[in-house]
Amino acid sequence: MSTYKTLYLSEKDSVAVALNEIPENTTVIVKVEDVEISVKVLEPISFGHKFAVKAIEQGADIIKYGEVIGAAVVAIQAGQHVHVHNLEGKRGRGDKIV
Amino acid sequence: MTKLFNDKMQFWGYRRPDGRVGVRNHVLILPTITCATQTAQRVTELVSGTVTFIHQHGCAQVGVDYDQTFRTYAGMGMNPNVYGVIVLGLGCETHQAHSVADEIAKCGKPVQTVSIQDNGGTLQTIAEVAKIAVKMVQDASMVQRELCDFSELIVGTECGGSDACSGISANPAVGRTSDLIVEQGGTAILAETTELIGAEHLLANRAANDQVAKKAYAVIKMMENRSIQMGVDIRTGNPSPGNIRGGISSLEEKSLGAATKSGTTRLEEVIDYAQVPTKKGLVWMDTPGHDIEQLTGMVAGGAQVVLFTSGRGTPTGSPIVPVIKISTNTPMFERMNENMDLDAGTIVDGKETVAEVGKRIMQEIQDVSNGKLTKAEILKQHDFGIWRIGPTF
Repeated sequence: MSTYKTLYLSEKDSVAVALNEIPENTTVIVKVEDVEISVKVLEPISFGHKFAVKAIEQGADIIKYGEVIGAAVVAIQAGQHVHVHNLEGKRGRGDKIV
Repeated sequence: MTKLFNDKMQFWGYRRPDGRVGVRNHVLILPTITCATQTAQRVTELVSGTVTFIHQHGCAQVGVDYDQTFRTYAGMGMNPNVYGVIVLGLGCETHQAHSVADEIAKCGKPVQTVSIQDNGGTLQTIAEVAKIAVKMVQDASMVQRELCDFSELIVGTECGGSDACSGISANPAVGRTSDLIVEQGGTAILAETTELIGAEHLLANRAANDQVAKKAYAVIKMMENRSIQMGVDIRTGNPSPGNIRGGISSLEEKSLGAATKSGTTRLEEVIDYAQVPTKKGLVWMDTPGHDIEQLTGMVAGGAQVVLFTSGRGTPTGSPIVPVIKISTNTPMFERMNENMDLDAGTIVDGKETVAEVGKRIMQEIQDVSNGKLTKAEILKQHDFGIWRIGPTF
């Protein structure tokens, strides 16, 4: 059991937020209401940053606040850091218009 | 709806001739053209009680872009935190000082116009404006504050320099305050359309009617199309590098956090940039996410107080409106204490609830409306920036 604080906002979410610096290979429990998920964090996660609480397929929507915040650019494993390197926005994408 | 706050809240304000109430009593030197801003600045150095702002607009503007700049100037002058206005022009500019002065005069407050060309140059203009200002400041000082209801307040809400805590601490707390303002019969402005892209469905679902819901989707589409037409990923500019360092990964994620500032009440209307709300309750002003342009739009729209949340920290303030700055995390509140007024990081630490901080912000609005100075006022942070929607010719 860890003492690291996390924020898991909705049971629909595929990510949780670190409220401490979490070192790699730390097992943390994320909770929202009756749902509890044990996640082994695979990479160091900075305060305010996100990690996957479940496996996310390449191209799948990434959910936070129970809403879509973007899509996975590559397959993401539970416990991996989720940020601009593996999450892309789906809105305001003028670069995707041919 | 259950009452969140049982007492009717009041503050001591300055009643203006048009019936609106100010929480400050400034004399504004309003340069309608960039060429007059330096002269206006000199006058504020000479005459206590005067304020102005620096900008680069007012000439070679046309069409809707001319109109929006005009509306912004006039709105600054008509804001009830301003006792009287000296409109300062060069003389040959597109945004003529007398046109702006005529518009402001409709609200009945003292307005005078001065032109640099008519006065024979900078030095005589400084003397002329200063002489008028001396009298206006003294007249302003004789206005007594009177007891007013919170229903007469328009409170702008804004987030800038967001981090991953914004959407879980300070923004939901401001949302709670927004609910309390609406419960008191007042008006809360939600803005920064760019930073509602990805959260528009949540707001449209709270719209008072279909027309409001349609306008919510329409302003989002226009904003999103501006980036699409440029052929770029909006993420190259928003979220900003600081937002990304703070843990925000996409515009949608930032938007979902920003939207929590709106609280839970019905969305009464969607208004244009720098437009005065026509309804009480929650209104959405169509502005960009740019902090200063958004702030200026809300101030020109008549907001007497602005709430500004920040995770990364910011000095932002307005020449005429107190901006209460609220940190999303405690380390930044301590690091940039001279710029921040309240700390909502206590929510992240589990020391206070969102509701408790929302109530604390409400009390701060009361104190500041009664005259307590914000950090940005003390540091003379007089930001101003117009959302230009057309090229300069």
